[in-house]
Amino acid sequence: MNIDLIFDPLFRLPFLTGLLLAVWLPVLGLYLRLRGEWLAVLGMAQLASAGALGGAVLGLPAVAGGASAGLLAALAKWGLKRPSDSAYAAMLLLGWSAAVAVMSNHPLAEQAAGAVFDGQLYFTGGGHLAASAAVLGIGVLVLVRAHRAMLRARVHPALGPPDAATRLAFDLVAGASVGVAILSLGVMASFALAFVPAWRVFGTAPSWRSALWRAIVIGLVAYVLGFVVALLFDQPFGPAGVVAVLLVARLAPPWRQRADRRAGALSAGGEIGKLD
Amino acid sequence: MRPSGSVLLRAQGLGVGYERPLLQGLDLQLVAGRVTTLLGPNGAGKSTVLRALGEPQLRLAGQLWQAPGLALGHLAQAAEGQAELPLCGRELLALTGASADGLPPWLADCLDARLDRLSGGQLQYLRFWSIAAAPFDVLCLDEPGNNLDARGLAALRAWLHTPPAGQAVVLVTHDDSLVDAARQTVIRIAS
Repeated sequence: MNIDLIFDPLFRLPFLTGLLLAVWLPVLGLYLRLRGEWLAVLGMAQLASAGALGGAVLGLPAVAGGASAGLLAALAKWGLKRPSDSAYAAMLLLGWSAAVAVMSNHPLAEQAAGAVFDGQLYFTGGGHLAASAAVLGIGVLVLVRAHRAMLRARVHPALGPPDAATRLAFDLVAGASVGVAILSLGVMASFALAFVPAWRVFGTAPSWRSALWRAIVIGLVAYVLGFVVALLFDQPFGPAGVVAVLLVARLAPPWRQRADRRAGALSAGGEIGKLD
Repeated sequence: MRPSGSVLLRAQGLGVGYERPLLQGLDLQLVAGRVTTLLGPNGAGKSTVLRALGEPQLRLAGQLWQAPGLALGHLAQAAEGQAELPLCGRELLALTGASADGLPPWLADCLDARLDRLSGGQLQYLRFWSIAAAPFDVLCLDEPGNNLDARGLAALRAWLHTPPAGQAVVLVTHDDSLVDAARQTVIRIAS
């Protein structure tokens, strides 16, 4: 175990790349969960991984291949006649089959598969960092525009869904983000960062604003922990990242506000009043 | 805000439904500052009328005219989507641009609580308020009295007695205590 590795300039770029994704994926995961599409992340990730491996065979740069495959996966999701968990599970199975088939039949794809499945964050470069910054920046812009309509569609469905352009923009940015993330963090670490913090805060955060902050904090703490552990023990980032996200989310304290308890007390008082 | 007394929406011979008509030949005129109440048995198509005002595919016959730039607010009967959602009352109001001014004091205290921690009545009144106090021109209220206790019903009744001058209200209800024939235009729909 070499603690000096943590401060080695060689790992600064990979660390920053993962840091940006650790901020963005939990936020993206919250909005996907809001739409009941948390499984879509895994479906798109598997399709994107198959596309990225295909891109490697064709000699495309890894990040470009991943982002393009992610965009295609998003378009596949967009084109679903009846979006549902079953459809996303079918995407996942299809993506996995295609990825394994490509990987088994081409040595270049086999090499790229290491990055996609293990999460070889420490070998990422400037292209990965730029792509991560781009999906974060574009994603925030899309959410600033879509946030209100997406939440309103959940609590007041009778007011209608967000307009088609907004939904497509969100799906595309989600696909591109997943495509970039799997090539940096690995498929399952990307899924864990998008799924676990959102899962944890949905049941406990007192408001949407606090859910956003809380999910980001869980993602960041887990990422730093996973990065350090993987580096110190010379492991790929993927498994360390997944365990770190699960651990940090589990240890995150429940967050109940006084207003919640007051609302509960008022409601209980009302019931007693009725019984009287 | 529209001038009080102005006609905001007019329907003639309206037929609504899904694959086949549920209701036909409905004439309706919604006027700013006035409540129009639709009464009728279950399954008569009252809720479908409310939906059809904003969803052209549900209008199967007749003509519908709306004032230019009309904004329709719709409170659906069922409160869905709030369970396991980290959203507080203040954020719910912000989503529709509704103001908290005028909210009954027994609800104003709960604005910072999660929606799924509120009682059914608190949630229902807050849902109603998020539509009623938002800048919509026409308010379609489908059974807004659901789950409300006596205090909530009294507050809703008071609001219906003096609706905002610039907004037209169309109300669907089975609760007779919310119907005031002297102040509202009442339309009875046969099964």
